[in-house]
Amino acid sequence: MAVIRNATVKMSAQNLSVRLAGKAVLDNISLDIPANKVTALIGPSGCGKSSLLRSFNRMNELLEEAVTQGQVLLDGQDIYRPGVDLAELRRRVGIVFQKPNPFPLSVYENVAFGLRLQGVNRARQLDEMVAEALEKAALWQEVKNRLHDNALTLSGGQQQRLVIARAIAIEPEVLLLDEPASALDPISTLKIEELIYELKQHYTIVIVTHNMQQAARVSDYTAFMNLGQVVEFDATNKIFTDPNEPQTEDYITGRFG
Amino acid sequence: MDKLNLSKHISSQFNEELEQIRNHVMSMGGLIERQLYDALAAIANSDSELAQRVIENDLKVNDWELQIDKECTRMIAKRQPAASDLRLIMAILKSIADLERIGDETRRIAKVALESFNSDQQDLLVNLDNLGRHVAQMLHDVLDAFARMDVEAALTVHKEDKKVDREYEAITRQLMTYMIEDPRSIPKIMNVLWSARSLERIGDRCKNLSEYIIFFVKGKVVRHSTHEKLEQEVRS
Repeated sequence: MAVIRNATVKMSAQNLSVRLAGKAVLDNISLDIPANKVTALIGPSGCGKSSLLRSFNRMNELLEEAVTQGQVLLDGQDIYRPGVDLAELRRRVGIVFQKPNPFPLSVYENVAFGLRLQGVNRARQLDEMVAEALEKAALWQEVKNRLHDNALTLSGGQQQRLVIARAIAIEPEVLLLDEPASALDPISTLKIEELIYELKQHYTIVIVTHNMQQAARVSDYTAFMNLGQVVEFDATNKIFTDPNEPQTEDYITGRFG
Repeated sequence: MDKLNLSKHISSQFNEELEQIRNHVMSMGGLIERQLYDALAAIANSDSELAQRVIENDLKVNDWELQIDKECTRMIAKRQPAASDLRLIMAILKSIADLERIGDETRRIAKVALESFNSDQQDLLVNLDNLGRHVAQMLHDVLDAFARMDVEAALTVHKEDKKVDREYEAITRQLMTYMIEDPRSIPKIMNVLWSARSLERIGDRCKNLSEYIIFFVKGKVVRHSTHEKLEQEVRS
């Protein structure tokens, strides 16, 4: 796609259609996700942005009666081809949801969980990797003295950063964020946004958000979706100052309807 | 500067973009200040080459205005600046419009240096040079005040404009006397008069710039009032 400049394509939806329980939610979508950038998916409720996000690590399949057509390429390889190891796919493409969902374990064990599954068992190595993930998630300073407290005692904003630490501990390549800040207060939201900005140096990030201003603040590219289709995809600077499509203009200026 | 906490946002990108816009305004201001000194030097030394360079460089001033304009638009669209951040962006948008006009006036002044003056007329240029120095100092001071967001320094510049106005009136009277004495020199003297007028306008615009500084720091709109009222307002 011509709008992506100076970046390689990490993921790519090609003629992707998804039906859930017989209803078409994504209608022949083609979209490139640039590597090491933040791409925001915005659009009204039911436009398909969360479904598109979930199709990037085959989470739709956890819902019954999901039918997917077309391709989603990760580094040029179709993740829907037969024989793909789903656990491995979801390690490479991590996801964080709207509501912080830490395990009812200690802060430390939340982050160590995925690492142990991967076979990391040596205490020192585990300590280092947990600390590194918490550091990257901008949470280390706040929790370094309470690593063995139950994660549920953290504030909502801290829990969400903990969940992000848990996701990045296993070194994913792509991080999918589904409304990661919508349950948080404005300051925690800004911390998450700042974290996203830091993380894009290491990961490719796709974020779904209802908050258009958030999309404007955190993303490099923005896709505006409606009725299961991508209406417009361009650099965020362009979308928020001079969009090409009248529909996009109407949506971001609050004239939609 | 950072008593104003400009670099204390949670978003480091916001800090960087804000800092970059401020730096660009300072670069634009620096360029215009040099342009004004060069234009005055070109007149004082009848240096047409320097004058030509000033005229050409005005395009760079215009480019700065367009670029900063774009950066501020993006900032508003992407970062939703509020309170002092919003005032800063508004102050910058207004400031660069005034700075660009100072650039235009400077180009006009440089054009006078392309004319040749006989020795009698050279005397006229001396007075112009005095006014020019005064205005150039004002521009220097207001840019300095902008860099430090210094309200006291802005107030001093604001007060200075009255003196510039008086000097301009004195020059006008003197030039009219010359015109009455020697009608043949009217076309040349008109040119000198226009440059004096340009310098006086630059003084006005420096005054505007000082008002934007006060608006940003104090959050008070102090335009269209006398200096005394403004001082009272700022100190209250």
